Amino acid sequence: MSSTELLGPHAVFIVASYAVTLLVAAGLILWVWLDHRRQVRVLAELEARGVRRRSAEPPPASATPPADPAAPVKETAA
Amino acid sequence: MAWIDLANPTRFLRLVDRALPWLTALTVFAFAYALNGAFGAPDDYQQGATVKIMFIHVPAAWLGMFCWGMMTISALGTLVFRHPLADVAAKAAVPLGAAFTFVCLVTGALWGRPMWGTYWVWDARLTSVLVMFVMYLGLIALWRTVEDPTRAGRAAAILTLVGALNLPIIKFSVDWWNTLHQPASVVRVDGPAIHPSILIPLLAMTLAFTLLFVALHLAAMRNEILRRRVRTLRLLQAQGARGA
Repeated sequence: MSSTELLGPHAVFIVASYAVTLLVAAGLILWVWLDHRRQVRVLAELEARGVRRRSAEPPPASATPPADPAAPVKETAA
Repeated sequence: MAWIDLANPTRFLRLVDRALPWLTALTVFAFAYALNGAFGAPDDYQQGATVKIMFIHVPAAWLGMFCWGMMTISALGTLVFRHPLADVAAKAAVPLGAAFTFVCLVTGALWGRPMWGTYWVWDARLTSVLVMFVMYLGLIALWRTVEDPTRAGRAAAILTLVGALNLPIIKFSVDWWNTLHQPASVVRVDGPAIHPSILIPLLAMTLAFTLLFVALHLAAMRNEILRRRVRTLRLLQAQGARGA
């Protein structure tokens, strides 16, 4: 059974509509995937050269370790 | 986790990495079910098999408008609440909205030719959707023109809010004016005017399209956050080189 018999006299319009939709959806998926790969690669290159964001940098050695909230508070003489 | 915790890009990226595989699988399953229903649905007594175009035309139209509505909320997030991910969400959504509005216009024209005898007519519904498509392209151009993401975000947010005025015009154009395009058949005061044998596959296709949009949008937001990190690192690198 050919597509004309299956989809009637206007089969070409139906097939064209689904083809356009498939193309656009596939294009979006490909664009998002390729864009992600590129951004990840460029980020890796920059970080390999030692460039770091301030929030991603380890705290400097001289900084006092944060107080352990679980540690008992030492009573100080008034 | 409160909504405000999502404002942290790092935490948002971690959430996307965890959610995206499941969302992708759910989208594939939804499309398999919906397409099976769409091609199993009976022909329309007037339009014959061309009614199958409705299963992609209506979801694409819904997404074109849904996306602009979501960008409008993001615009408020940018301008009013200064949410750090608001303009990331808006920028990531624009190409997706433009693509689905394009699908809506093309499948509408391909459906119109056999049913109306013409690909295009300056009908209120068709024209207002075309205006929305042109505004999507304007937003894409705006984002690409302004270098600084913060300034671009603010300008795009204002244009988005202006464009939101077009959404009710699109929705009610078939009621306000005498249009060739048919009035609403699904979202109606006295319920859908479509037989369940066609309505259920249509709703399933709309759900599948919406899942596809959400998955693509989360992935595009992730890309945008990484792109801004790349930009920040390049600026730091340039400052470091200038300082040395």
